[in-house]
Amino acid sequence: MKDINRRDFLKIAGAATASATLAACANKTGNDLGDLDLNGHHTGAIPTDKMTYRTNPNTGDKVSLLGYGMMRLPNKPVSPTQDPSVPQTEEIDQEQVNKLVKFALDHGVNYFDTSPAYCQGHSEESTGIALQASGYDRSKYYIATKLSNFAPQQQTYEESVKMFRNSLINLQTDYIDYLLLHAVGGGGLPNLNQRFIDNGVLDYLMEQREKGLIRNLGFSFHGDQEVFDYLLANHDKYHWDFVQIQMNYVDWKLANETNSRNVDGEYLYGELEKRGIPAVIMEPLLGGRLSKMPDHIVATLKQQRPEDSVASWAFRYVGTKPNVLTALSGMTYMEHLEDNLRTYSPLVPLNEEEQEWLENEIANLYVSYPTIPCNDCKYCMPCPYGIDIPAIFVHYNKCVNKGNVPENQQAANYREARRVFLIGYDRAVPKLRQASHCISCGKCVSHCPQNIRIPGELHRIDDFVEKLKQNIL
Amino acid sequence: MLKLTRRILALFFWLGITLLFLDVTGTIQPYLEWMAKLQFLPSVMAVNLISIAIVLVLTLVLGRIYCSIICPLGVLQDFFAWIGKWKVFRKNKKTKFANKYSYSKPKKWLRLTVLAVFIIMLLAGFNAGAILLAPYSAYGRMVASLLQPLYIGINNLLAQWSEANDNYLFYQVEPHNNPLILCVIAILTALVLLVLAFMHGRTYCNTICPVGTVLGYIANYSNLKMRVNENKCIKCGMCEKNCKASCIKVEKGQPVKFDYTRCVVCGDCQAVCGKQALHLAPAEKTTKSEQASEGEQAKESDLSRRSFIAITGTAVATATIKAQEKTTDGGLAVIEDKQVPTRQTPLTPPGSLSASNLQQHCTACQLCIANCPNGVLRPSTDMAHFLQPTMGYENGYCRPECTRCADVCPTGAIKPITKEEKTAIQIGHAVWIKENCLPISQEQRCGSCAAHCPAEAIQMVPLDKSIKQNLEDGQWYDAEGNQLDWQAMRALLMIPVVDNEKCIGCGKCEYLCPARPFSAIYVEGHEQHREI
Repeated sequence: MKDINRRDFLKIAGAATASATLAACANKTGNDLGDLDLNGHHTGAIPTDKMTYRTNPNTGDKVSLLGYGMMRLPNKPVSPTQDPSVPQTEEIDQEQVNKLVKFALDHGVNYFDTSPAYCQGHSEESTGIALQASGYDRSKYYIATKLSNFAPQQQTYEESVKMFRNSLINLQTDYIDYLLLHAVGGGGLPNLNQRFIDNGVLDYLMEQREKGLIRNLGFSFHGDQEVFDYLLANHDKYHWDFVQIQMNYVDWKLANETNSRNVDGEYLYGELEKRGIPAVIMEPLLGGRLSKMPDHIVATLKQQRPEDSVASWAFRYVGTKPNVLTALSGMTYMEHLEDNLRTYSPLVPLNEEEQEWLENEIANLYVSYPTIPCNDCKYCMPCPYGIDIPAIFVHYNKCVNKGNVPENQQAANYREARRVFLIGYDRAVPKLRQASHCISCGKCVSHCPQNIRIPGELHRIDDFVEKLKQNIL
Repeated sequence: MLKLTRRILALFFWLGITLLFLDVTGTIQPYLEWMAKLQFLPSVMAVNLISIAIVLVLTLVLGRIYCSIICPLGVLQDFFAWIGKWKVFRKNKKTKFANKYSYSKPKKWLRLTVLAVFIIMLLAGFNAGAILLAPYSAYGRMVASLLQPLYIGINNLLAQWSEANDNYLFYQVEPHNNPLILCVIAILTALVLLVLAFMHGRTYCNTICPVGTVLGYIANYSNLKMRVNENKCIKCGMCEKNCKASCIKVEKGQPVKFDYTRCVVCGDCQAVCGKQALHLAPAEKTTKSEQASEGEQAKESDLSRRSFIAITGTAVATATIKAQEKTTDGGLAVIEDKQVPTRQTPLTPPGSLSASNLQQHCTACQLCIANCPNGVLRPSTDMAHFLQPTMGYENGYCRPECTRCADVCPTGAIKPITKEEKTAIQIGHAVWIKENCLPISQEQRCGSCAAHCPAEAIQMVPLDKSIKQNLEDGQWYDAEGNQLDWQAMRALLMIPVVDNEKCIGCGKCEYLCPARPFSAIYVEGHEQHREI
């Protein structure tokens, strides 16, 4: 079990000193942008007309740099009148979604990204309702959705076509602005062929593009580089209008280093830029992990721009790359939305020094913390054995960041950390859904876009919990 | 002064023992468990000579102060008797004191008969009957089944507050799932005892309670006794009218008589005496009448000595989910509740040595059950082990670091053990239920039981019997004689096999088995625990 031991601490402290030096230069350039800040950029009402837009070279769409990810929609407890046999205890808080979408549209956001699989399959419907309720004309916003045929029984031509048509119905629209092959890369080329090529589904989608039912066709990518390369190599054949990739300042150079099954953002972005294919960015914030940083990092970032959020650095980082069409953010709360709107209304680009500082110093410092790279996307869920996988990882990461994952009993805060970890664990995850119940069936592994070896990590956490409980760490 | 001292000490013991039952976090238990171990019947059951000696010496010096200070049921009765004396409940509201009691004749034969029946029931192993009469365990059942749920409820409210404020002062605790019969018995006991106490003071203590009877006849020989200075006494009868034990007899022209087998040295008489004629004093040269009154009881004390020996003798004698294909993201699968399997032999906790040891010693006070943090212990509803602890693994298992039931048990039904000893005590063995096992019922690879077994008593072997292990190299070969590497092995369906010699019966496999509602592996109890 890794904790911040002395050596790590020295490393971290060293990095912090180095970053402080660099920050001194960064500060100077930061001052040049100070004028902008004085124009109410950080305080007061959020401007409604300052959103930064990027132009899609294929269609001329003016897309807001902030895209709304409809994967982390707010929930509320299920009303008691519903069927009690349904396991669901929460449902989407539609009223809140309507409010968030309207607010986003009012402040210049015009890209909404959903999928038939999100939010237990309810995201598209909820998105459709919220967009209709906003009162904006269909031409004023862009809808992105996906062909999420993950289960083997959905991978036939008929089922896939049905899925696409359902999307149109759920989203209450006649056409999709941006349609993606959902999460290609996992399972390599065989999986790609099985899902989209051999069954003729990709041909069908290209036909729909011809007909105008799909205005832009692309794919979202996670995992095996071979698949990415293959799809781009066949760009002449498929004419990708855009590609959605995972990119942020940690994954820019370290995605592959932290997990050999993942590809660095630098490579993915570079390949797209070379071919002039606009990039849609997912996980600019790593599921919120780049806003919930360890104290050392928060202090360093905050020192540079005390009024700006920690998250704003991550958004400015991806926004600075010119070939980025939009950066998606799954905004559950109004506070997230407001903060991101401020960051991009308008975007204050990072200078080169700042970019390198984030990619190198901060990213290295960040990966030196032994957090699990889970972005709480819930693709792994539901676990057939009832385990709440993301909740376990989120709790573990929270404890890592707060220094509550002691290495051994000699750790200075051992007693306190033990209490916080164990009580917090029972609070975050009911006993029956904790890691000890994992039987390693492995059903989750192929669903994880971050390629986390979920059963292995669960067992590691369970071992740690057992040692804490037995006081034998 | 005597009354005040008694009240302070009584409150101290009563709070201590009650908290010992209530606290589910195990925080104060190490500081308070001695209070339970001082209880008389439990220490007799445990042949806890130190505790027995302390109580006997106390009684021989000071009389039955055990009953008014150490016994939580006695203190609770005093509390209700005190409420019964409030002016609102009295007819004569003008007097300063309640004056509601009067002398009653000793019910010697009733007391001795109850005591004899009690001893016979214990000797015959009919604890179900005996425990209903025992004072400390009756109190324990009341607290565990009536008060602890309330305590846990409050704790859980505080835990909610704690969680909302992001601190770690309180945490949620699962309430114990007590059977209805326990609550019914506790409520009945409470009703009878507390109403009696409210109306008549210490009726139960001086007629039914076997401990009261034994200590009463010993108290007859105590050095210090409540005595009357006949020179000061005006025979007003205030002491008699306010004696909740109804043991003082005041007659004009006669010396005041005490039945010392019933006096619990509460000091109430001393407090109401306007002439300061009552004192706790050693025996002086006795007057003729006192001789007479004590001589009357000397006969009884012979009996009591015999019965005491009988009790001690008794004690010495007895001391021997089908996986679904996911199409959307998020959500939680339903988890069906586990059901209790039918066990041939019930499980008893480590330290209890054997089913019969537990059965003979346990007075069903519920202290171990109230203290079990893992949801494992629960009262048995089976008549032979009525309300004594038994185990089940649906909500948790007997965790290796926990010895709490053994720590708190005052009767020696569960003997103290260390964590190290616990890892080697076999209380049962795991039994595999083929039909429920995932590799067979769903062709799903599992191995949860083997992966978690703390005793390493479970191994996974190929379901396909044609795949055999070569005993020389320990490797597995298929029917054609090809050696299977780890990858090939990982693709096989494997089933668990249990080494009964290594299994300690902790129930981790049963608890973590994914088969629901009945686990594919469960623990069968052993009559006799063994060290392995």
